[in-house]
Amino acid sequence: MTTPTPTTDGSTPGLRRVGLYATLVALALIFLVPLVWMVITSLKTYTAAQQIPPSWLPNPLAGYGYEQILNNSANPVLRWFLNSMLAATLHSALVLVTASLAAYSLARLRFRGRGVTFALIVGTLFIPPTSLIIPNFLIVDQLNWIDTLAVVVVPGAASAFGVFFLRQFFLSLPNELEEAATLDGANQWQIFYKVVLPLSRPALATLAVLSFLTNWNDFLWPIFVLFSPDQLTLPPGLGLLQGSYVTDYPVIMAGAVLASLPVLILFVLAQRHIIQGVSRSGLKG
Amino acid sequence: MADVIEVGAARGDAPPPAANAARRAASAGRTRRATPYLFLAPYLVLFGVFGLLPIILGLWLSVHQWDFQLPNRPFVGFDNYKQLFSSDSAVYGDWWQSIRATAIFTVLSVPLLVVVPLGLALLLNRSFPGRTFFRAIYFAPYVLGVAVIGLLWRFLLDANLGLVNRLLGAVGLPSDTPWVTNMPWAWISLVGVTVWWTSGFNAVIYLAGLQDISPELYEAARMDGANAWQRFRNVTLPGLRPVLLFVITTTVLASANMFGQSFLITQGTPGTETRTVVWFIVEEGLRNNNAGRAAAMSIVFALLLAVVSIANFRLFRYKED
Repeated sequence: MTTPTPTTDGSTPGLRRVGLYATLVALALIFLVPLVWMVITSLKTYTAAQQIPPSWLPNPLAGYGYEQILNNSANPVLRWFLNSMLAATLHSALVLVTASLAAYSLARLRFRGRGVTFALIVGTLFIPPTSLIIPNFLIVDQLNWIDTLAVVVVPGAASAFGVFFLRQFFLSLPNELEEAATLDGANQWQIFYKVVLPLSRPALATLAVLSFLTNWNDFLWPIFVLFSPDQLTLPPGLGLLQGSYVTDYPVIMAGAVLASLPVLILFVLAQRHIIQGVSRSGLKG
Repeated sequence: MADVIEVGAARGDAPPPAANAARRAASAGRTRRATPYLFLAPYLVLFGVFGLLPIILGLWLSVHQWDFQLPNRPFVGFDNYKQLFSSDSAVYGDWWQSIRATAIFTVLSVPLLVVVPLGLALLLNRSFPGRTFFRAIYFAPYVLGVAVIGLLWRFLLDANLGLVNRLLGAVGLPSDTPWVTNMPWAWISLVGVTVWWTSGFNAVIYLAGLQDISPELYEAARMDGANAWQRFRNVTLPGLRPVLLFVITTTVLASANMFGQSFLITQGTPGTETRTVVWFIVEEGLRNNNAGRAAAMSIVFALLLAVVSIANFRLFRYKED
């Protein structure tokens, strides 16, 4: 480990600054090279990818991997991409609507049973979601949701995280806002919709992005509840792709690139929201 | 909704025709009293069906012999639980093998996932140009799902074509390590990949905690002649205590719930040595149709995790005193 000096002054002497940047860059390479390698390999031909030692540049530059995954009736990767996009978007919207309404009620309204309701919701945060997979499978089976879009959109929205996260944020808003709005004759719905929600845009954006990411990346649940090639989302689809192409790495990596791009772009665009969401999750502890 | 305001506004004014007013006031009162519940309703439906019901259903399943393909699902009392603990049952060996795999992974990965991100956070907790950029790069792998990570590292760790062995060979180290197929390499790979994948996440949590420590404390320590290590030991660590507790607890839970990495990268190999509890539960319940037994396993597993979390909490609470 490097010298633990969490200083706040910027007056690091020149030599130490060089050392700092050398460390930072070396670490950055460790995190980045695998991702870069994924892209490079996805642009190689099958033969080039089998070469030992491998070349750092895809030569010849080939669309082989992408052609394979885009024109492939056994592995309809584009379809999986669209399914994933649809599922993650709908899931994110469902979480936003249900969690913001519930969190507003729990944070700003007084009613009988509020304490118990909140305790019950927060209590489930301590139950590992993996231990509910078997009964949840039974429930979606009864609902006839297996192998449909609903099965990857809806159940995850029961997570207590969104409610907990937004409640914390709503509690931090000043009471005077509602008082002023009430004097103006606004009802609870109007206060929620016209006053609280607009003020909560950063928190809502954070929750939307985190919900999208979680849903887009979910693997354990979809591999057991989606079956038909046309219904799969990308994560279970990628598993199938690995099964059919084994060591045809340009094809497999092309699939991985396709599954990574949207979330990496989202990360670049919404970095602040993601990082803030994550750091706030730690401060509650 | 609109007539709620009307009534509210009308109240202060001269009373409208009495019967009408009473009816409207009563309806407004009902609306108002119902409002909090109406706000809650959509979420509570989801929460009830997919949050609470599975808990009850799980308990119920666990005392039945439940096979998706058989019409009869008899009540079997605690048999499903007993089988997990009696060495002559068919499931005993595989079940404890999966507990063992999970325990090994947790014990090997948690210390690294607590210490490495702390190092990254300390490195990033200074003011220098490019700080946000490096933070983003260290965090980037975390936004990718386990399916991508699994495929990517299965390739990188491929004994012949993988980049890892090629790079090791290039610097004169052994270049034929069977990373994903042999012991102990399979464990090293799974732990290494997980550290690479999720360190940025814990680092960001640490960073938030570090920024909450008052700079004056460091200043005071420096005035007292404390060196870097002493400042870390006496200012940083105590200041991070609550965050550290959070990181350790959530990391233990995350590692204990590991599934995708071994499912995709080592694929359980060699044999079933790297098959974790979560994997075994879904395999037993959803592939082998023993939902009752799998439900019993889920409950034992959840209780086990609860005990570990409480122990964690206790351990760190006591240290504080």
